[in-house]
Amino acid sequence: MIANYGYMDGSGEYYITIDTGKCTECGHHNCVEACPKGMFAIETDDYDDEVAVIREEFRKQIKYMCAECKPVSDRPPLPCVEACTSGAVTHSW
Amino acid sequence: MTVEYWRWKEYNWHDENIDPKAGSVLSAGCDVGSVSSQAVVMVDGGLYAYSNMRTGSDSPHSALDAMNWALEGTGLKIEDLHYVVGTGYGRVNVPFAHRAITEIACHARGANFMYGPSVRTILDMGGQDCKAIRCDHRGKVTNFLMNDKCAAGTGRGMEVFADLLSVSIEDVGDLSFDVEEEPEPVSSTCVVFAKSEAAGLLRQGWPKNLVLAAYCNAMAHRVVTLLERLGVEKEFAITGGIAKNIGVVRRLEKELGLTGLKSDYDTQIAGALGAALFAGALYEKQQAKK
Repeated sequence: MIANYGYMDGSGEYYITIDTGKCTECGHHNCVEACPKGMFAIETDDYDDEVAVIREEFRKQIKYMCAECKPVSDRPPLPCVEACTSGAVTHSW
Repeated sequence: MTVEYWRWKEYNWHDENIDPKAGSVLSAGCDVGSVSSQAVVMVDGGLYAYSNMRTGSDSPHSALDAMNWALEGTGLKIEDLHYVVGTGYGRVNVPFAHRAITEIACHARGANFMYGPSVRTILDMGGQDCKAIRCDHRGKVTNFLMNDKCAAGTGRGMEVFADLLSVSIEDVGDLSFDVEEEPEPVSSTCVVFAKSEAAGLLRQGWPKNLVLAAYCNAMAHRVVTLLERLGVEKEFAITGGIAKNIGVVRRLEKELGLTGLKSDYDTQIAGALGAALFAGALYEKQQAKK
């Protein structure tokens, strides 16, 4: 399933998308350790599979919490995206 | 006495040919929605009993009432059920549930059971929301979209119109086709705006059936927009109470250019049925671990 965490405001759309189909295949969940803000957590979904989610308390602050990893110029690869070997994590902005 | 035109028929049913005490797995699902509540009981993966009733102001009480009504005349009690899954808006308030699962996952699984593994796109037209769901051949959700928090394009919106026009909710669909020419849809942004617009049309002398046709058109257009945003993949099916309203169903099928799958099962129990299927699988998983 395509799970979108985040929001849309006057300045744009700020979503972290996790493809749970790809996420369950991974089993490593490196994203949890990779995020410097600790935004990722592992939860059991409706199908009893362990999947990565964005923790509830961060879902309305994504734009600001991710700012550190997204400098305006010379943007390095995002730690969470790089750590996800199955390619399940993407950012909308 | 005030006539409540919006009030739809509540009912329960159980299969007299099944002996539930001979079954090895009694699983159940309870879907506590914003407008209606359903309970479904399955015996060894087959549909055994269900009920469909109005949700009251107290979700735990509504869940208990729905399940007790489904079990009425079966000789079973809630304690006899091996595993129960709660779903719907009130899923965390089902006191006898072992687990809560989202209605999106439950509707997809229920539709897979009702329409078969070929169903890929499901439109769940509920009491206060509307969801477009994509699923795989097992009924596992792959993507979904939900309408905004507004009653336009939902069952409650139709109930408001039934009351406004003094037409029984069950007659809305047929009556909406009693027109010579299809009218332009009324506002589909908000049910309050749509109601004001409809009141204006009535004052202009529009007959009830024409106003109903305009509202059914508006509803159909609104959900088609939602479906198109998600992308419709064949086969397509509709669940929820509005699936029983041919005035909306036929119009949205025409706009989509697709005919929805048909089923002998009651479309309103899809969520509770999916929850009961989840319950059966979870119970077996639990037993296997022992």
